Amino acid sequence: MLSSAILFPAVLNGLLTGAVYALVALGLTLIYGVLHIINFAHGALLSAAMFAAFFAFRLLGIDPYVAVFLLAPLFFTFGYALQRFIIGPASHRNDRNMLLVTLGIAVVIENALLYAFRADTRTIDVPYAFETVNFGFTFLAVPRVIGFAAVFVVALALWLIMNCTDIGRAIRAVAKERLGAELVGIDVAHVYAMTFGLGTACVAVAACLLIPNYYVNPSVGNAFVLVAFTIVVLGGMGSVPGALIGALLIGVVESLSGLFLGESLGQVGIFVIFIAVLLVRPNGLFGARA
Amino acid sequence: MKGLAPIVAVIAVLAAVPFIVQSNATLNFLVVSLMVALAGQGWNILGGYAGQYSFGHAAFFGTGAYVTAILQVRYGVNAWVGFAAGIAAGAALGAVIGALAFRSGLRGSYFALVTLAFAEVLRILASVAPITGAGVGTLIKLDLGAQTFQFQSRAVFYWVILGLVGVSLAAARLIERSRLGVWLIAVRENEDAAEALGVNARSVKSLAMVISGAITAAAGCFYAQYFLFVDSGIAYGTWISIEALLTPIIGGVGTVFGPLLGALVVKSLGEGAKLVTGDVPGLDLILYGAVLVLVIWFTPGGLIGGFAQLRKRLMRSATRAAASIQEAGHG
Repeated sequence: MLSSAILFPAVLNGLLTGAVYALVALGLTLIYGVLHIINFAHGALLSAAMFAAFFAFRLLGIDPYVAVFLLAPLFFTFGYALQRFIIGPASHRNDRNMLLVTLGIAVVIENALLYAFRADTRTIDVPYAFETVNFGFTFLAVPRVIGFAAVFVVALALWLIMNCTDIGRAIRAVAKERLGAELVGIDVAHVYAMTFGLGTACVAVAACLLIPNYYVNPSVGNAFVLVAFTIVVLGGMGSVPGALIGALLIGVVESLSGLFLGESLGQVGIFVIFIAVLLVRPNGLFGARA
Repeated sequence: MKGLAPIVAVIAVLAAVPFIVQSNATLNFLVVSLMVALAGQGWNILGGYAGQYSFGHAAFFGTGAYVTAILQVRYGVNAWVGFAAGIAAGAALGAVIGALAFRSGLRGSYFALVTLAFAEVLRILASVAPITGAGVGTLIKLDLGAQTFQFQSRAVFYWVILGLVGVSLAAARLIERSRLGVWLIAVRENEDAAEALGVNARSVKSLAMVISGAITAAAGCFYAQYFLFVDSGIAYGTWISIEALLTPIIGGVGTVFGPLLGALVVKSLGEGAKLVTGDVPGLDLILYGAVLVLVIWFTPGGLIGGFAQLRKRLMRSATRAAASIQEAGHG
């Protein structure tokens, strides 16, 4: 039988993985909460951000943890422009069209990356990649611990934006009642684009936290996003605390099922949960609305 | 029956192509295009008519391909029987996914996600299960003959897939003209209103999914028979999920000829891109993605919708011109 000496670190590692998933899922759930569509371009944007972080380090020597302060605003702007000038006008306010447009953008970005950088898998060497922190009972990799802490910083920042700023109030107003918000003079197209920008900025942060001890290739984002879909559905689409808890849960499930079933079947475990949740409780564990 | 005549005419014209074109490369291109058109027609029944956008039609394509291949290779079943079994398996899978998804009332984003998830689960399972040949894939032994459904000549395969496309076109037309078609469109336009008028939305959508699954699976069966090789990345890969929805949307979503037109246009674009830049990975897909966004942006009805709009506009200006000439004559 597996002793707690193996089980406990596996759970902890799962929590650390879950934290990075949470960042990807936060962006996704934020966009769903306001625009009421799943952003199928999320994974491609994550791949793009990881390439950006990769080249920032390789070509300019910028440490990923510094690059985050450049890439987050950059990707915020990119996301804003994408929604404001492409997704919004192209989809004629039809949800089905919006899904397809994000899918089309995903295909373009992913294959543009493939075209530019080929399918090669790349990694960067930061001096601290293999450093560990000794917690007494187990060792944990430094980049993963930093990632874990950063997620809570990002979640707090998002919470502050949502609750203490005008744009946050506007976003929440549009999420609750689009027509009403429009009637009181809120620029809905602007709010949509701001939300999309914030979601994309989350992805940029996730990319910078991932790159020190992960690889990058043109389709790397997809693996994360499929997991993020599961998390978002599990936590209730549009719910931020749901996404956080769901992400940590999924991280642990993946780590444990990887331990018991092996790497590739561990992924099936996630999808089985995904389908089960979709079918049994489509509103998620924490979703309120019917 | 009325409405079938244009289909017969189009198929007859296309059937003559192998007598004019001898090049194997061109025939191969047409065979693949028609195969994608068939997969797209399957998507179109569910997405175009019933308004349920699936992002995972690879689930049906792959199931058709694997069932055909595995029955022949592992159980020695006749190829034609295997082909039919593949189609039946696609229909059965459609019934299962439909029953599960529609029972929970999944729509829009949720439906897109659940279909995507099914395709992914099947892909991962196929990449590890021993019966599918796991990572190696399944190879059908080369054994030419009508009985083994393997032909030396590309032209015969071309006629086979053309025949299947013809059947799918006729099926789409018959559905469109039947009560089922009206119900599907009612559900697409406003599900709650359709239910209020007594349409059983759940069973209508489920039926559409069964038909859709069977048609897309037929494309998968043909793939296995034509290339004699199936693996998880091909059969359940994202490429076919994307092409299956791309072709009807570009050609004209919810129209009989949309998928066929879309497939020919999309595949020509891809080939054209390859001719210009050589075989660089990714370029054809960049084009597909861009065309998808542009079509939704500027002609939401696809090419067929675009033509109709253009014709209306031309007719209007023609009548206006005629009226002004008449006026000039009177004056």
